Amino acid sequence: MATYPEDCLYTREHEWIRVEDDVGVIGITDYAQEALGDIVYVELPSVGDHFSQGEPFGNVESVKAVSELYMPVSGEVVEINEDLAESPQLVNEDPYGDGWMVKITLSDPTELETLMSASEYEEYVKEERQKEK
Amino acid sequence: MHEALGARFTEFAGWLMPVQYTGAIEEHLAVRTAAGLFDVSHMGRLEVRGRDALTLIQKVTCNDAARLRDHQVQYSALTTERGTFVDDLTVYRFREDHFLLCVNAANREKDVQWIRQHREDEEAEVYDVSDQMAQLALQGPAATEILQPLTDVQLDHIRFYWFEQGEVAGVSALISRTGYTGEDGFELYIPAASAEWVWNRLLDAGQSAGMKPCGLAARNTLRLEARLLLYGHDMDETTTVWEADLGWIVKLEKGDFVGREALRRQKEEGLRRKLVGFEVLDRAPAREGYPVLIHGRVVGQVTSGSYAPFLRKNIGLTYLPIEHTAIGTRFHIRVREREVEAEVVPTPFYKRPR
Repeated sequence: MATYPEDCLYTREHEWIRVEDDVGVIGITDYAQEALGDIVYVELPSVGDHFSQGEPFGNVESVKAVSELYMPVSGEVVEINEDLAESPQLVNEDPYGDGWMVKITLSDPTELETLMSASEYEEYVKEERQKEK
Repeated sequence: MHEALGARFTEFAGWLMPVQYTGAIEEHLAVRTAAGLFDVSHMGRLEVRGRDALTLIQKVTCNDAARLRDHQVQYSALTTERGTFVDDLTVYRFREDHFLLCVNAANREKDVQWIRQHREDEEAEVYDVSDQMAQLALQGPAATEILQPLTDVQLDHIRFYWFEQGEVAGVSALISRTGYTGEDGFELYIPAASAEWVWNRLLDAGQSAGMKPCGLAARNTLRLEARLLLYGHDMDETTTVWEADLGWIVKLEKGDFVGREALRRQKEEGLRRKLVGFEVLDRAPAREGYPVLIHGRVVGQVTSGSYAPFLRKNIGLTYLPIEHTAIGTRFHIRVREREVEAEVVPTPFYKRPR
């Protein structure tokens, strides 16, 4: 069963962001990794790149498909998860932990208010699953 | 039944197909190291019956079906007048007047029409029996040990690309030593009504050997590692049998057949392009449809491409101009905004140890 950590905020495209001090850590949710299946490649931006809220910042590929990654909020990339180059399966194994993708400094923290809480996202995923059937 | 196993589905040629059960990579590796069980009932199954069945098959296919003995199987192609693929198929000979053709799901109706259209005075009829039969594939090094307790047929007497008729789990079956994974294994043709029963008996029988139910995703990566082509992707009505590098199934000397003249001419004149296997020299997989470039110019696209779970590389197939098809030739593939390097490599990418 998919999990939804309380300390994260969520997008409709199934990214999560966890804000600690001024830095936001971003990844994809347990629901997303499960739906994608075995992840074999993660394409990430470079440190210093700027993105607006909702802009694609990379790609995640499973055996079956490629999916774009979208920025939950605007910001500048300050770190990327280098381990994913060698071990993309970390996204499957630990999507909210070792499978994180980028860290950004937020340019407009008020954008966080547009994201979903854990309980809202859980409800959203339920609806998505209904649609699948 | 597949849903009970946690399968995820997709629509394919009008069939609701399981994409994966436990995970594409896990299923792929199970087939390479133990065994996997696939429901391939979506495949088309045609019977050709009548006094001139062999003559009709000889006329519409490019391989030499006259070389087949009873209970032997042959990989072949239905060819157009231009020597391109109407379809690729396996030809099963029961007797001279009775054959089974296993064809691609999406081409069933086209193939039936094509064969009927080319029948003149031959006394033979083609029947689409796909819906009456189910087809299961048990593939992998443990296939024989798993299947043997369920059947009275002596499996080690069936050679590669031969078949026997007998019973599997009490159900009458055609057991053929064929497959689409690059492994040893069997394909079972059984009455559609018995499919679930046989599937479940096989699942039980294979459990202790590490057999896994497998979906379409694993089927695709397995066939690609073994360089088995996929119709509509790696070849179709625009590519000739020579160009697809399947020259071994072209038997010009067998007598006349549809497409023979074009294939003879192309052999004489030489090829301008050929399907090659490549390895991507980058972590990014090159997928179907990605543009292929030589010296900055687009010359084609990837016809099949994937991460290869057993080889742990990114591999694929593409048509290249003939002067760039030598092993070791480097070229580029556009992966989104990047151009990654790839190299022509020998195929099959994977060959099972014997």
